Amino acid sequence: MARVLVGVKRVIDYAVKIRVKPDKSGVVTDGVKHGLNPFDEIAIEEAVRMKEKKIASEVIAVSCGLQQAQESLRTALAMGVDRGIHVEVPQAQYDTLQPLHVSKILAKVAQDEKVDVIIVGKQAIDDDSNQTAQMTAALLQWPQATFASEVKVEGNEVVVKREIDGGLETIKVKLPAVISADLRLNEPRYATLPNIMKAKKKPIKKITPSDLGVDVSPRMQIVNVEDPPTRQAGSVVPDVDSLLAKLKEKGHI
Amino acid sequence: MAKAAARREVVNLYKTLLYMGRDYPQGYDFFRSRLKKAFQKNSNISDPQQIHTLVKRGQFVIKEIEALYMLKKYRTLKNRYTTEENLSKS
Repeated sequence: MARVLVGVKRVIDYAVKIRVKPDKSGVVTDGVKHGLNPFDEIAIEEAVRMKEKKIASEVIAVSCGLQQAQESLRTALAMGVDRGIHVEVPQAQYDTLQPLHVSKILAKVAQDEKVDVIIVGKQAIDDDSNQTAQMTAALLQWPQATFASEVKVEGNEVVVKREIDGGLETIKVKLPAVISADLRLNEPRYATLPNIMKAKKKPIKKITPSDLGVDVSPRMQIVNVEDPPTRQAGSVVPDVDSLLAKLKEKGHI
Repeated sequence: MAKAAARREVVNLYKTLLYMGRDYPQGYDFFRSRLKKAFQKNSNISDPQQIHTLVKRGQFVIKEIEALYMLKKYRTLKNRYTTEENLSKS
């Protein structure tokens, strides 16, 4: 029976229109609806299904971030995770927290909790780094199975179908391993109200990066955050001839 | 006390739906006012059998909303993270 660790991140809700702060130091997060990173939901679902199939004995969720990250952990617990670990990072350091820091934290937690599988979302929808799984695997010297769209545990090995450009790749890795979930891995369940209530009784352990011996001092500086360029307005052409003339002029035909 | 049980069932259903309404695409207020109207419309019904049928329908609506949210999220992410050249993949 495997022990599974899932990484979760609290991000701005996927449906919210992102606004950049006027001073260009970041994006507006105050009073904006937040939620669990959708790819992490998929990772949680996969871990919980492993538990339901009696492949996993315990599922632990870990989140690095502000005090509010506990809300995300609570959602994870409501989906069926057994317990949570909250690695609290204050706002000043959270702004410059990078995947490398998170990987170091995940690797340390994985060793402390003696887990056999780490499942994370392939990327967070806020910074879109897509690095945490890879670097965690490297730090632990474990094999990695990224962009998973199907996971099958066979004894001491995991067979993973990976989403690659133009198709699927099937690989087999030995446990312990790191898996990152792609969009089509599964359909995550909804955290229902009664389950959220029940999740309040499940334990969340609060620690700091220094408890784990991980240095989260900034390795970069945010210089400028800008909106993406807006699309140029189109124009209506009166007839086919002028359309053709315009297309020729731009070199499209 | 069948009446008390039925009442509890209805209140639970209402609470669950209200909770789900927080994620509704057209906004919580839109959802809440409609939900309230739908419940008020049937507030005069006292036949336990009929209440039971309506609660069943409410539970069906919950499943539908869950499916709606899931699909909306899936489609948004698929659009956001699929480039044109691998669109054919799924």
